[in-house]
Amino acid sequence: MELVKILLLLFLIVCAIAVSFTKGMLTTVITYTSYSLVMSIIWILLESPDLAITEAAVGAGVTGVLFFITMKKIEGIDEEQEEDEDEQTEKKL
Amino acid sequence: MSRQRKNYEETKQYHFLQWLFGKEDYLNGHIEMKEEEEEEIIEDTAQFSDEVQRKRIYERLYNLDKNREMKFFNKIYAVVSVLFCLCFIGIMLLAVSYLPRFGEASNPDNNEVSERYIEKGQEETGAVNIVTGMILDYRAFDTFGESNVLFIAACCVTILLRTDYSKKSKEQKKILRAQNEDRNYEPKNDVILQKVAFFLVPLILIFGIYVILNGHLSPGGGFSGGAIMGAGLILYLNAYGFAKTERFFTSKTYKVITVGALSFYCLAKSYSFFTGANHLHSIISAGTPGKIISAGLILPLNICVGLVVTCTMYSFYALFRKGGY
Amino acid sequence: MLGTSVFTNYEEVTAVILFAIGFSTLLLHKNLIRKIIGMNIMDTAIYLFLASKGYISGRAAPIITNGVMETEAYINPVPSGLVLTGIVVSVSVTALMLSLTIRLYRRYHTLNLDEIAILSRKGGK
Repeated sequence: MELVKILLLLFLIVCAIAVSFTKGMLTTVITYTSYSLVMSIIWILLESPDLAITEAAVGAGVTGVLFFITMKKIEGIDEEQEEDEDEQTEKKL
Repeated sequence: MSRQRKNYEETKQYHFLQWLFGKEDYLNGHIEMKEEEEEEIIEDTAQFSDEVQRKRIYERLYNLDKNREMKFFNKIYAVVSVLFCLCFIGIMLLAVSYLPRFGEASNPDNNEVSERYIEKGQEETGAVNIVTGMILDYRAFDTFGESNVLFIAACCVTILLRTDYSKKSKEQKKILRAQNEDRNYEPKNDVILQKVAFFLVPLILIFGIYVILNGHLSPGGGFSGGAIMGAGLILYLNAYGFAKTERFFTSKTYKVITVGALSFYCLAKSYSFFTGANHLHSIISAGTPGKIISAGLILPLNICVGLVVTCTMYSFYALFRKGGY
Repeated sequence: MLGTSVFTNYEEVTAVILFAIGFSTLLLHKNLIRKIIGMNIMDTAIYLFLASKGYISGRAAPIITNGVMETEAYINPVPSGLVLTGIVVSVSVTALMLSLTIRLYRRYHTLNLDEIAILSRKGGK
């Protein structure tokens, strides 16, 4: 049990460092979501199941979804801008 | 008069007037002068307004590829911040090394407060889960403040992201709607997603309701159950689109549910002020521990918190996605 | 110089290291979304530290089973209650910061905080 706990804690540290060094926002957010899931397993090892359920639902679920939707929104803004620029160039021509 | 006119171009008055209207420099030729080196720039400043000049200065200042001092500063900044974090780790590890051993029963934080909660908790609150009994009975005002934090966060996100259709003309409305219609960028009515959601959404919602209703008997409670139900609603929205969810969940629903739940919570707990601010003795009996309908006010308060959290999670998603719901 | 607890308190040591990693992410990265993730990591590090303070080895979760109501049977319930409130507040803070990020992106079309600062100084008066 001690060994499993140490492995999980090491996994947490590796995930936290990987957030800084991965390329691409999607990979970063997925890494963070897995970090939250491992955290919820650690809550169970620390004998607090209330925290485990909340962390799994909130940290891994809703926060991840909010990050994804933010990135999608940002891409949408980019595409709108490109369309606007295209229209402007067409008008100029 | 004629004599005056002849010599007029040599008089001081003529030179003064010429200088005044900017046609000739009176000092020209009278004193020793250096040639002006940056004549072009002076002409530029005369031609362009201050705006352009300031922009030019900023461009030179913030041109990160050429500004050596900025590059140097960035390098120093990175090194110093890494050093700071390493120092932080060192100091905090030093502090941790003098903490009592992990998992010992004699640690100073396992004091009489937790003993009291464990020994008298079930007797006084009727909740089997001591954590729920603690946060919804002994510390109920703390949880009330936290539900209000969620409500205020939802209000702030609404202020920041909501698209206002009321003051726009019809054409502007069309453009705004087209911009916010981000279903254009994803496969419409994906069959696999819809079939999976058809089976999963009822299960997730029932599990969320179970977690909320059993908050005082098993792990869970309003926060976790609310988040689970919110996730289920988000899945439904993703699969079937806004047209279906808006039949049962609009901003009006959100307002009614959230404000109703929060004010019920407030009234139910403020009642203790009339009974001498000793909320442990409520008129609702604790019931037999272990039954669903027991533990006095904890079950209705759990339902209130669950409703607030569900609506807040769903409204976060809807506001991020569409700017309204 | 060092006490002996460093080699036994794995949770606390991990919490300290995670806090520092999150803080350096917050300092070093210029991307706003990564900054927000760094702040979330700092949050969870604090929760880990708090929850590990309440753990007592060999005892069960604070849910009364079979009517046993002795202090020796259960772990400390106070840190669990504190962390439970903290987790939900952190998600609302994250949502608020992400909505601010979307507003910034709509105006400046970049997520880089330095570029946003330069653009705001160029554009403003």
